[in-house]
This record gives sequence, structure tokens and C-alpha cells, in this order.
Amino acid sequence: MSFYDSLIENAPAIIIAIPLLFAFATPLISKLSKVLRNAWAIMGVLFSGALMYVLAWEVFRDGGSVARTYVFGGAEGTSFDVLSNIRITFYVDGMAAFMGLIMATVALGAVIYSLSFVKKYTGQDKYYTLLLLMLAANFGMVFTGDIFNLFVWFEVSSVAICGLVAFRTNRGESFEGAAKYLIYSTIAGLLLLFAIGILYGQYGHLNLEYLSAAIGADGTILIVDKIVLGILITVFALKAGAVPMHMATPDAYSEAPAPITAMMVTASQAGLYAVFRTGWTLYGGNISRAAAELDLIHAVGYVLVILGLLSMFVGVTLALVQKDIKRLMAYHAISQTGYMLLGVGVGLAVYASGDNTDFSLYGRTALAGGIFHIFNHALYKGLLFLTAGAIIYKAGTRDLNKMGGLGRDMKMTALFFIIGALAIAGIPPSNGFASKFLIYESVFHFNPVIGAIAMLVSLLTLASFVKVFYAAFMGPKNSEMKTGEVPRSMLIGMSVLAGMILVFSFLPSLVLSEIVDPAVTALAGPGPEIGTNLTLFSGQGSWNALVLLGVLSIVLILGILIRSWGQKGTVPNGEGKKPYLFGNPTEVNGNPIVVPASNVYWGFVKALQKYYRPMEKMHSGLINEYVFWFVATAGMVMLALAFL
Amino acid sequence: MEEMSPIVKTITKIAFAPIFLFGSYIILHGHLTPGGGFQGGAIIGTLMALYLIAFGAVKWRKKLLSIIESMGLLVFIGTAFLGLTSGYFFFNFIGGTGFPLFGEKLQTGELIDGVFFPSNNAPLLSSGTIAVMNISVGLEVIAGLTLIIVAMGLFAFTGKEGGE
Amino acid sequence: MMSEIPYLAVVALIAIGLYIVMFKRNLIKLAMGITLIETGANLFLITLAFRSGDRLSAPVFTSQIMGGSAPAYSLPTPHALTLTSIVIGVATTALLLAFFMKLYQKFRVSTVDEMRRLRG
Repeated sequence: MSFYDSLIENAPAIIIAIPLLFAFATPLISKLSKVLRNAWAIMGVLFSGALMYVLAWEVFRDGGSVARTYVFGGAEGTSFDVLSNIRITFYVDGMAAFMGLIMATVALGAVIYSLSFVKKYTGQDKYYTLLLLMLAANFGMVFTGDIFNLFVWFEVSSVAICGLVAFRTNRGESFEGAAKYLIYSTIAGLLLLFAIGILYGQYGHLNLEYLSAAIGADGTILIVDKIVLGILITVFALKAGAVPMHMATPDAYSEAPAPITAMMVTASQAGLYAVFRTGWTLYGGNISRAAAELDLIHAVGYVLVILGLLSMFVGVTLALVQKDIKRLMAYHAISQTGYMLLGVGVGLAVYASGDNTDFSLYGRTALAGGIFHIFNHALYKGLLFLTAGAIIYKAGTRDLNKMGGLGRDMKMTALFFIIGALAIAGIPPSNGFASKFLIYESVFHFNPVIGAIAMLVSLLTLASFVKVFYAAFMGPKNSEMKTGEVPRSMLIGMSVLAGMILVFSFLPSLVLSEIVDPAVTALAGPGPEIGTNLTLFSGQGSWNALVLLGVLSIVLILGILIRSWGQKGTVPNGEGKKPYLFGNPTEVNGNPIVVPASNVYWGFVKALQKYYRPMEKMHSGLINEYVFWFVATAGMVMLALAFL
Repeated sequence: MEEMSPIVKTITKIAFAPIFLFGSYIILHGHLTPGGGFQGGAIIGTLMALYLIAFGAVKWRKKLLSIIESMGLLVFIGTAFLGLTSGYFFFNFIGGTGFPLFGEKLQTGELIDGVFFPSNNAPLLSSGTIAVMNISVGLEVIAGLTLIIVAMGLFAFTGKEGGE
Repeated sequence: MMSEIPYLAVVALIAIGLYIVMFKRNLIKLAMGITLIETGANLFLITLAFRSGDRLSAPVFTSQIMGGSAPAYSLPTPHALTLTSIVIGVATTALLLAFFMKLYQKFRVSTVDEMRRLRG
């Protein structure tokens, strides 16, 4: 066996072991030199990420449906059946490799960005240790094939995240956000442990493959199966930040340092991955399943659709009224998570309805759209959080009302922000549009109302990012702010993600056929391809970014030509000299009306007062109530699964 | 802070050695009887808490403790990495091979499905990497728990971070 | 009947813990509630290990296990799981208490009602 073969065989373990090794050595290295420590941390992410890329390449080459199994400590010649009960196994199939690829990419951008971002803080050795630990936990959550091991990585991830959220010890609020997130995820983790105990008591195994075959094996679904399913879905949806278990998520997202927030997006996607695994693999595993099991996962599909709809709508409407830039983006992260839940939920519901023509017509498209959106979301949301960090770094404030005019000095950051904002709003030809296109088309076929809501949410997303852009980059400059562009390592970190967004905006079908299709195959089995020859086919329509790029460039050339024919310079003292304000400035009783940047959409908010008032009461900041919502949701999901 | 009475101090001094011995036994014997690195480390960690309560905020060598903590974890993950030389991560590459440290050969036993199940009472030094990992985890837990207790205790005594 | 008492204790512990976390306002009580839930989950796992009556002692590596006829030990896997979850519980509890201490130091916060700077 060559070195390469044995490397690939051991890759699932080494990918997780490298960040752990580097994390444990970081405190010692940092005693020697600071530069060495920074290089060490980057090397840890780089080695692990590079190996992840190699492994992903190997997995995708197989088509993704065959899982690579790794038994920890397994000796050659030992039979798998003897060891599967007591040994921890890792499975890396198309879906797991897909998630790992995303995590490696975002972590690389985040760690490079961190170099200058955390330069002025103390305790950087702990920062890099926890960052590497978090990366290992993220990888572990998606690779593991043992449900108890999943719980362990879940908790490692929460502890590492909470430590990082509380990194800025000078801000008391960061402790509050971290404590809330920790209480939330600890209670979720303990309920998960309880569910694992039930599964072990019932089936005597912890191996996901074994459990998947054992659940519903004799054609009946036991009541404990439904209880466990309800707990698993709620707990992992909490990790993913789905409404109504999202309340601590914005607190933690907004208080964490920006690169950590970007990585937290991938951590929450690991929760999403676990939701999908529970629905598709653990409970929907063997295809020769009984009608009872089909009914159950059909109900799971609807639960995911409802959670997705709630997340999309509540997330975006609350984002619209925020004045803290990172909190606004955190609510958008929740809202975008809804798209993934919606796409995959529709896929699951159609799949479990047993209608194969429907599934190949639009169910598979919805599933592919949801999974493709994970990829796009990690890239653009990571980028947006990094730009938010850059804005805060320069402006010294996170309040949208107090910043302004940053576009003059931070041209690159503004450009990255525009790229990210266009992608999150799903404006063609961005990569966000490509995945949303698949979701719109297929969900519209599933239920037109849901499709319409999905488009409305995109519209509101665009509106709130227009608000951020206007508040941060446009307008007169605040004289107290520091000038100049952010340090180079932050720009490099952002350009890693922005460059990938640009490339994949114009080649969406490449991502779909090479990366997303193996992931879909790993969940739902082989089926027709969605993207070929640079064009996406949703079943109803098609989308080719390059055609639109051609049209847009022609329009751009025409625009430049028209501009060159016009009069040079601006008219002195004309209308062009006046700054543009929203609407015409009017006066009421001699006082000018001033609308702060955070409240640009006051009319919309006022019209929806009946909706916003109870929402404000729900997000009370009391962790008791948050936990109550979580427990209530878990109960409701269990009831829904028991009676649907 | 008020000082503890001589009774508490004397009892702590007397109890120090037995508790320490018991914790060490739990760590070193973890591969044969219930126990292991964490349990024994927690016992010694409680000893440190007792010491802190009895003698108050004495000078703790926190740097040394954090180095021990990192070293313990590094030995643990390093042992797991060394298993790769025999083909698998976490592979027990010195167990039962006659390797000088912890690798004593098991005399009799039978092979069931390719796994060697020993039938004699296992000798103390037969577990291979398990004992090494137990010791490293034990060191890590002792250092880690002591650091937590010292940090929290000094914070409670002085109201300041780190107690300085 | 006797064998079901531990399960009742598990349900009681988790229910009391959840009640405390949902309705008590003191931060230290909150941490206690979380510890109670954790104890309940751990007790559940340990109880699972004693499924049949003849498995009584903790898993010990002796000759009886492999060679003898009557294995007088309980299932080792739940013990390992419990141990892992205890370790994780120690980490989370310590972290949580550290956050509460820092919150008290910063803002003199001791109840949930005072811990709502982040909301909306």
C-alpha cells in the first residue's frame, strides 16, 4: 500500500487529529514566540483543510454514495461486527465530505483574517486553541458514525464556541451572550444524551448504520422511536438556529469576534447536517421500509418545512429592524437557514410520499437546492460577517446610526460587502441566486404559497442589506472614525471567500454536478443530474449565469458609452451637489424630520405593528423563557410526529 | 480573608498523602479496575481544593500547571498518532507485544473473531497505550482542575481576576 | 417494580431540573438545575447498564469475564458513556459558573432579570 493510499484511508481520523494536536500544542508554542504561534495556527488549519480537500476529491470521484468507513483503533483482520458496538467509527460519504469542504474553506478564511483582527487583544493563545478545537469539533460532527460520539462533538463545539464568544472580556455583554448560548446548548445536549440513552436501551447499539437498519425493521415504529426522533430533530435544529429555538443565537453571533462568527455559521450547519442525517439516514435508511416508517419521515419532512418557513420569515423581519450590524446579520443567518430546511424538508416530504415521478420531477431539485444553499450560505455569510468585523474594526462601533461614510476609505471592504449582499439577497447572477432558483422553482411546484413566501423573504433580505450599505458606507463621514483600509491579512481572509463566491457564481452547475450531486446521492440515492453544460435545470426552468453575464456586460459597455457622450463634470451649485437623502427633507413645526439609519423602514414596521409587538415580547432576553420555548417546541414536534 | 483553624490545617496535612496516593492508584490502575485518568485526576483535584480552602491564596505556579495540562494532552494525542505507524489511529501498538513499557505479553488466551481475549488475570503492565493515555489524561485533569479551582477560588477570595 | 424506581428517579430529576431552568430566576439555581438534568441523564445511562438481575458489579477486568461461566458485571458501554458525559458536564458547569462570576463582577448580575442586555 502506497503512502497516498494509507493517507487517504486514515484521512477521516487525521483531519480531526491535526487540529487537536495543533490546538493542544498552541499554548506551549505561544510561550516561545507570537509569530510562531500564528504560523502554527494557520498551519493547523491549512494541513487539515488540505487533507480534507484531498479526501473530498477521492469521495466525489466515487460518486459519493459509497461511504468510507474508518474504525478507530481497528486492527487488520478484526471483524467489523465484533467491533462496531464498542469502537467509534467514522463514515465519510458525499454529504459529509461536502460539509467538511465548506468548513475547511471558511476556517481558512477566518484564521487568516484573525491574524490582524485579534492582534490588539490578550489571550490570543487561548483564542487559537479554541478556534482549532472548534474546527475539529465541526469536522467530528459531520464525520462521525456513532451517535454518542456525535453528542461528544456537539458538546465540544458548544464549549469551544462559548469560550470564543466570551473572548472579548472587556465587554460584559459577551459573557451574557456566551452564558445564554451555553445554557441553551447544554440543555439541548443533555436532552440529546437522554435520547441516546433511549436508543441504546432499545437497540443496544450506538452505531448509526446499525440503528438505521434496526429502527422499524419489523415494520412497526415504536413510540420511543418517535420520542427520540422528536428530541433529535429539535436539538439539532437548535444547533442550526431554527426558529423558535433561535433566541440565543443572535446574542452569541453578535458578541463573538467576526472570524468566529463566520465559523459559527459552519458549526450551525453541522447541526443542520445532523437534522438531515436524522431524517434521511437514521430514520429513512433502508429503502425496503414499511409504510409506518414512510409516514413518519413524511411527517418529519413537514416539520422541517414548517421550521424552515418560520425561520425564514421571523429571521428576516427581525433583521429588518435591528440597529446592531452583527445582530442584523445574525438574524439573516437564521433566515437563510430556513431556506435550507425548506428545501431539504420539501425533498424529504416528497421522497416519503412514495411518488417516484414527483421526486425526480421536483423533490430532488428541492433537496439539491437546499444542500447547494448550505455551500453558498457558508461562503457569503462568512464573507458578510468578516466585512461586518472590518466595519466594526474601523468604525469602532456596531451601531448603524453612528457609522457612515466608510465607503470612501474602505473601497475593498465595500466591494466585498456588495458581493456578499448580492449573494445573500439572491440577485442574479450571484451564487445565492443559483441555489434559491432551484428552491423557488421546486417549492413553487410543491406549494405555490410557500414559493411566494420564499421570494418575499429574499426581497426583504435585499431591503435590509440596502439599509446596512447605506448606513455604513454612504453618507457623510463621522469625524471620530479612523481612516484607511483594514490590515492586509483581513483583506486576504475576505478575498478568499469573495473570490470563491465570484467563481461559483458563474459556474453553479459545476458545483452542482461535482459536489452537490454526490451529497444528494448520499442522502437520497442516485438520480438525474441537475446541472449540465453550465446550465441549471430545475425541472421547470433553466438558468445559465454566463448568458446573463454576457447581457450584463453589453449593458455595462452601453452605459459607459452613454456616459462618455454626456457633459463632463457636475453643474456647480446644482441639484447634484446636494447629498441624497431618503425622500425630500421636510419640516414639521420648524423641526427637520430625522430618520436614523436603523429605522429607514419605519413605515413597514409601523404597518406590521401587530406582528412586531408580540415578537419583541418573545425575544425578552430572559433565558428562562428561551428554554421554555425550546422545551415547548420539542414537545410539539413529538406530538406532531406521534399523531401525524 | 480569615485564616482556617489549626484543626483544618493539620487534618489537611495528614490527609494529603493518603488522598494523593489513592488518586494516583486510581490513575495507574485504571486499565484494570474501575477508574482511570479523569477519576483519579478529579480526586487529586479535590485534594487541591481542600488545600486551597485550608491554606488560602498561597502562591500557585499557574504557568507550570498550564504547561503540564498541555503536555498531558499532547502525550495523549501523540500516542494516538503513533498508532498510525501500525496502520490505525489510536491503535494499541505496544499492548501485548513485549515492548518494555506497558507491553508485557499475555500468556494464555483465545482468539475470538480475530480479537485476542486473554484468559489469565491481566498483569499490571499489559495494557499498552491505555495506561500511557490514562497517565497523560490524569496529569491533564489534575492540572486543569487545579487551575479552574485556583482561578475561581482566588476570584472568590479577592474579587479580582486571577487573584493578583 | 423495584427495578423501575431508578427510572422514576430519572424522570423526577429531569423534570425538576427543567422546571428550575424554566421558572427560577437566580443564576446559581439555574446552574443547579442544569446539573440536575445532567444527573438525571447520567442516572438513566447507568440504570440501562443493569438490565438483567445477575449483572451487578461494575465492569472489572478479571478472568471470570472472559473465561468463567457467569459474568457478574454490568454492561461496560453505558459506564463509559456516563463517564464521558460527566467529564463534559464538569467542563460546561465550570464554564457556566465562570461566566456567571464574570457577569457578577462586571454588572453585579445575580438573577436572570438583570441579564437581558441582549434582546430584541
